[in-house]
Amino acid sequence: MTRAISTSSVDAMPDSAAAKEEVLCDHCDLPVPAGLIDPEAEHQFCCGGCETVYNVLHGAGLEGYYGIRDAVAKDNQPAASSNQNYEELDDPAFQSACVTNLPGGECETELLLEGMHCAACVWLIERLPRVCPGVVESRANIRTRSAVVRYAPDRVPLSRVAQALDKLGYAAHPARGAGAREARRKEDRRFLIRVGVAGAIAGNVMLLAIALYGGALSGIDEFWEHTLRYYSMGLGLLSLIWPGRVFFRGAIAALRTRTAHLDIPVALALAVGGIWGSYNTLTQSGEIYFDSLSVLVFFLLVGRWVQHRQQRGAADQVELMLTLTPTSAERLLDDGTTKRVPIEAVELGMRVRVEAGGSIPCDGIIEQGTTQVDNALLTGESRPIPRAPGDEVIAGATNLGSPIVVTVSAIGDSTRAAKLMALVASATADKAPIVQFADRIAARFVIAVIVLATITLTFWTIRADLRTGIEFATALLIVTCPCALGLSTPMAMSIALGRAAKQGVLIKSAAAIEAMSNPAKLRGVMILDKTGTLTQGKTRVVRSECEPDLLQAAAAIEAASNHPLARAIIDASGDAPAPPAEGITQTPGAGIEGLVDGRRVRVGSPEFIRGSIGLDESTESAVESVLADGLTPVVIADDQGRVGVLGIGDPLRDDTTDAIAALRARGWDLHLCSGDHPEIATRLASQVGIEHAMGGASPERKAELVRTLREQGHERIVMVGDGINDAAAMALADVGIAVHGGAEAALQAADVYLTAPGVMPIETLCDLGSHTMKTIRIGLVVSLCYNTVAASLATAGLISALIAAIIMPMSSLSVVALATRPWKHKGAR
Amino acid sequence: MSVILIMIPGAMILAGLGVWAFIIAAKKGQFDDLDTPAIRAVFDDDDERPGWHDPSHTIQDEAAPQDQSPPSAH
Repeated sequence: MTRAISTSSVDAMPDSAAAKEEVLCDHCDLPVPAGLIDPEAEHQFCCGGCETVYNVLHGAGLEGYYGIRDAVAKDNQPAASSNQNYEELDDPAFQSACVTNLPGGECETELLLEGMHCAACVWLIERLPRVCPGVVESRANIRTRSAVVRYAPDRVPLSRVAQALDKLGYAAHPARGAGAREARRKEDRRFLIRVGVAGAIAGNVMLLAIALYGGALSGIDEFWEHTLRYYSMGLGLLSLIWPGRVFFRGAIAALRTRTAHLDIPVALALAVGGIWGSYNTLTQSGEIYFDSLSVLVFFLLVGRWVQHRQQRGAADQVELMLTLTPTSAERLLDDGTTKRVPIEAVELGMRVRVEAGGSIPCDGIIEQGTTQVDNALLTGESRPIPRAPGDEVIAGATNLGSPIVVTVSAIGDSTRAAKLMALVASATADKAPIVQFADRIAARFVIAVIVLATITLTFWTIRADLRTGIEFATALLIVTCPCALGLSTPMAMSIALGRAAKQGVLIKSAAAIEAMSNPAKLRGVMILDKTGTLTQGKTRVVRSECEPDLLQAAAAIEAASNHPLARAIIDASGDAPAPPAEGITQTPGAGIEGLVDGRRVRVGSPEFIRGSIGLDESTESAVESVLADGLTPVVIADDQGRVGVLGIGDPLRDDTTDAIAALRARGWDLHLCSGDHPEIATRLASQVGIEHAMGGASPERKAELVRTLREQGHERIVMVGDGINDAAAMALADVGIAVHGGAEAALQAADVYLTAPGVMPIETLCDLGSHTMKTIRIGLVVSLCYNTVAASLATAGLISALIAAIIMPMSSLSVVALATRPWKHKGAR
Repeated sequence: MSVILIMIPGAMILAGLGVWAFIIAAKKGQFDDLDTPAIRAVFDDDDERPGWHDPSHTIQDEAAPQDQSPPSAH
């Protein structure tokens, strides 16, 4: 069935598109490329992946997926199958690490699924038993984008389960570190239990408090009053020692390490209020404070829980991205066949095959094949390096040319990548955590409150008696307890985390939001990596002084080559079919020549052409200017005297220049730090407007730069990068930002991960940071006003305890409402 | 009024039972995932009736048009 927009009734496409008789893919509703339309076929697909998924769905009677998808997720495209075979999942080494054996012979494992995003996905994934016999149950979790699959291993191997999920369009990745995940889950549950218990206690104490306040207004029998006060004390103390003990624990830990923390004033208020309240209950005199205290514990825990949940969501998504990096190797067996094995099962001396475009899984020596490798993620060097048999390759590099066979020479901790990771680990240990705004304020707050309380105590002791003094000092401590800081700060932070995620910025630690907010005051420095961060990290034709047909002829010849520059030339020549080329001869390291349409065309370095045909003056000057721009010149010449010059390099990302200007305007002191040649780094820095540039920087040098800048008195250092070579510096910096498409190590070291391409999301993060900090400050001022007014009126005896008890939650409510203050990014694209 | 002497402890015990049930549920992971069950409830009952969403075609009907009505109720 060929479905065109004009006949489709389910699509919510604009009418203007109806005129175009565009053929849409039967699976994903995207237009089918002209070359793939098959007029004979009943169904049309934009790619093989979509066709696989479509056939599986229809074969298993799961067409309902399309109905649900159209109903719930109009703009989300379904995922396509990647057709991998997942045989590494059946390896015993993997099975023992990631699969749980259940009683009864069944097994259970958790798989992270790429491409799961809506209700229709959940529906489909939970119908896995229908598609894949042997699977007993499949339960999806849309928040963590994972599924727990229970299956009978004697009926179906895990690889087949993963294949089935892949055929449905969800590439499956085993969730590594099951122990750590379970521990985090337990922590989440404990957190929730604390919130629930604190809430139940607060509710009940408030009920008792209503009776007591009612009694205070209209009179109450003394026996009942004391009974109710004893009950309040019992519940209030339970709240302090059960859910509330986290504040005491936090305060003690902070005091021990002599750091400022919000827990200190909170614990002080709770302790003094609890002790004096109990004393008053037992001596049957004065105020009890248990209603305020238990509500305080509950509110503060709710605030923390909301922030914790939001942060955990971002961490889960980053974890999913971590699993996307290859964790298996293709082992070459003695009989010449290959087998996928998990990376843990690779041993010294094994032979491993690496496909063109694949990532090299281990350090080793090339045994067969000549290729170019891209070490950009490890060294920052943007140019591909030629490698032949006998040469060394390192784990994490990309094989650009042709397939190679590598003999493994180092595994595990002894690889270059592992050594860099050790550097990251030591840098992480060195890093001093940012003292957050709330905690910094808390330090001054404690001093101010203690001073005020002492003054109140002395004043009223002299004026009245000790009892009145303690009474008023306690009231002051409780009423000034930093509820706004404790509640509105986490609320504002978690709202900011959610907004950032929508803009393509995943934040692992909320401190990063604050750290990005005010660079000018703290002499903030942002260090940017070049390759893959400011630039696209890919070789492209950046400058072309060449006629189109000559370029096409060059592309036709280069099609026979696997040189990375060839790829760039072919990409630049456009989509038109290349003319046939014959009689191609390659001169390694120089160029290539062949016959196209009867013309002899040569493509290569200026020296290559100079040696064969010679170059005229205008071409020489074009080559000069290409070199002056830091690009690699390639000359194309044919035997009719026509000459073209190409400049090939790593182009800037589209938004780099704008983003750099915006970041400078915010007051960031920008540094460029690249593993590439110093000259290239300097030129690029001046091109985009960065003052300081450092080239030829090893990972160790980059980390050293962070230390040096810190010694120079810069208090806020941000490192932006994409590769393993940046990871140590990222871990050491106050905030590490990994750009879209970065390496695994960069993800682990970073506090912030960009899911949208480009550098602009960093600017968005800065804007969001200053907005959020402003919100928090306003909240603080508002609540301080409430508290000051309430405290001074209460101490002067002008308002009753009842009104104070009403004002307190009102101040909390209004600061929470403030936290949702709308944010509109001015520089938004 | 002395009934309060029984009522308050009784209410406390009831509240305690509720909290106890909540803790058990939380420990068993009932609150681990709060998003998926909401979605799951919408389309849980078609498993036993394949093709229920569109009686006009069977599972084998490969050429079934896609613009069938969605199985979930609007």
